[in-house]
Amino acid sequence: MAGELICRCSKRFASGFALATDWKAPLAMADGAATSTVLFGPSGSGKTTLLRLIAGLEVPDSGGIFFRGAEWFGQRTLPPQQRRAGFVFQDYALFPHLTAEQNVLFGARDPKRAVIFLSKFGLNDLRKYYPRQLSGGQQQRIALARALAAEPELLLLDEPLSALDALTRARTRQELRRTLQESGVPSIIVTHDRSEAIALGDWIGVLIDGEIRQSGPIREVFRRPSDPRVAESLGVENIIPAEVVSREAGLVTVAAGAVRLECVDVGENGSVLACFRGEDVVLTRAAARESSARNRIEGVVRSVLPEGPVARVEIDCGVPVVALVTAQSAAELDLRHGQPIAAVVKATSIHLLK
Amino acid sequence: MDWQAIGLSIRLAAATTAILLLVGAPIAYWLAFSRRPWKFLVEAVVAMPLVLPPSVLGFYLLIAMGPHSPFGVAYASITGGLLPFSFAGLLVASVLYSLPFTVQPLAAAFGAVDRRLIEASWCLGVSRVATFRRVIVPLARAGIAAGAVLSFAHTMGEFGVVLMVGGNIAGVTRTASISIYDQVQALDYDSAWRTSLALLAFSFVALAVTYALQRGALGARRWSLWQAN
Repeated sequence: MAGELICRCSKRFASGFALATDWKAPLAMADGAATSTVLFGPSGSGKTTLLRLIAGLEVPDSGGIFFRGAEWFGQRTLPPQQRRAGFVFQDYALFPHLTAEQNVLFGARDPKRAVIFLSKFGLNDLRKYYPRQLSGGQQQRIALARALAAEPELLLLDEPLSALDALTRARTRQELRRTLQESGVPSIIVTHDRSEAIALGDWIGVLIDGEIRQSGPIREVFRRPSDPRVAESLGVENIIPAEVVSREAGLVTVAAGAVRLECVDVGENGSVLACFRGEDVVLTRAAARESSARNRIEGVVRSVLPEGPVARVEIDCGVPVVALVTAQSAAELDLRHGQPIAAVVKATSIHLLK
Repeated sequence: MDWQAIGLSIRLAAATTAILLLVGAPIAYWLAFSRRPWKFLVEAVVAMPLVLPPSVLGFYLLIAMGPHSPFGVAYASITGGLLPFSFAGLLVASVLYSLPFTVQPLAAAFGAVDRRLIEASWCLGVSRVATFRRVIVPLARAGIAAGAVLSFAHTMGEFGVVLMVGGNIAGVTRTASISIYDQVQALDYDSAWRTSLALLAFSFVALAVTYALQRGALGARRWSLWQAN
């Protein structure tokens, strides 16, 4: 059941927005499990449009879409009915005139198997309820069960968790991951939420301005964004222009003004961008050289912005550095504007971009 | 009161409405979902009976159905009769005359169905026709009912087209509104009063039902919400 999804197509809209992709996504991982691919990008980058092109709900102007070697778009256009690509809409699009059970059975290939989905998704007690009588989480489960009951070969999910409140979202995320893995159906999940992407995806395609800028195994892409735009959209908070000044024993030293950073040497020279994520920065007031981390940058606190369970701390070290620490740590360190603080970053957390 | 004429009108209106729902639904579907740039032309043609003088429509139909037109010849060779001054002829004329009264509410109702529900159905492998039957029709039922009631009522009251195409043959083409005209001509004001009152009451009921249908859909939703809590 291996193979891949190839989207090599373009579409221009009357609004002026244009999408042009040359993207290959694997449908199975090395161990044979179905791939969950995250389609990631800022809002307005064309994620939903690409998903609709894959589903056949929009038709590209040119190019081709191939699924496991079968032509979905190219010489001729395969209608959505024949693509067997299940679509879970952002707000689920459940049929309001049908009960939960009727929704799940709506496109079921085999009603007997579809009924199993009802119990598997914990919907047995809700069978006779109409969508408007159900919570967001319940509706989401019905939408998933409905899509899976049609026995799709590919599952497309458009921001599947965004219609849920924060608490339900966290719980549903793990559930969704498990469901997707157990279903054995490869999936493409649109999201702009970084933690959602990491929790749900094996593979990622980063879409910026209608173009897939990077695609690969998710951890790999987060660790090594291919260009500054990708790094920025992935939420790599620190992108610092620097110059390579020396290298020694697998470590390279770069200078950004007075700040020196040691990083793993990947052979870059001259002007580079030193990228590291806010959560890889440790804040400390302890004396110097008490840890294995190679980089310690002294600075003063510029601002502390609480963002839910974490606080976003901006430090002026000659160059601006952003750290994400837990709200508790921020309180314990008593971080306030103008106070001296040191930012500690491991050399392996810094990724150099040309 | 001319019960024969009222009965004929009801029969004509029922048959017209039934045909219009069958013929109007695909036209309304196309109007609601097509993205063709020349769609406005079709819209204009469908809406023509709203502004065209009934006598003009009737005149053209009379010519088109007549024994010298290809259509009239074809019809005569199949059925052995002619359309003008027959119930069948009246039916054809009524269908054309009331077309916008079915198509416009239907198109509005189809277009109001959430696009994503239709797409969701397609992505579940359900064909366009089945999606129409299983998603669009149930969700547009208030609009469909409104279209049916309006067509029925409009046919009940038509006068000019009927007179041009059907003439005034008792039991065949003399409808209620023509009967009123006859009664007034004959200075039989009592009968005219009664038949007119019957049509007036009917028109009011038809419109009341149309509006109630639309509010009824809302009422049902409110009730379910209340039940869920």
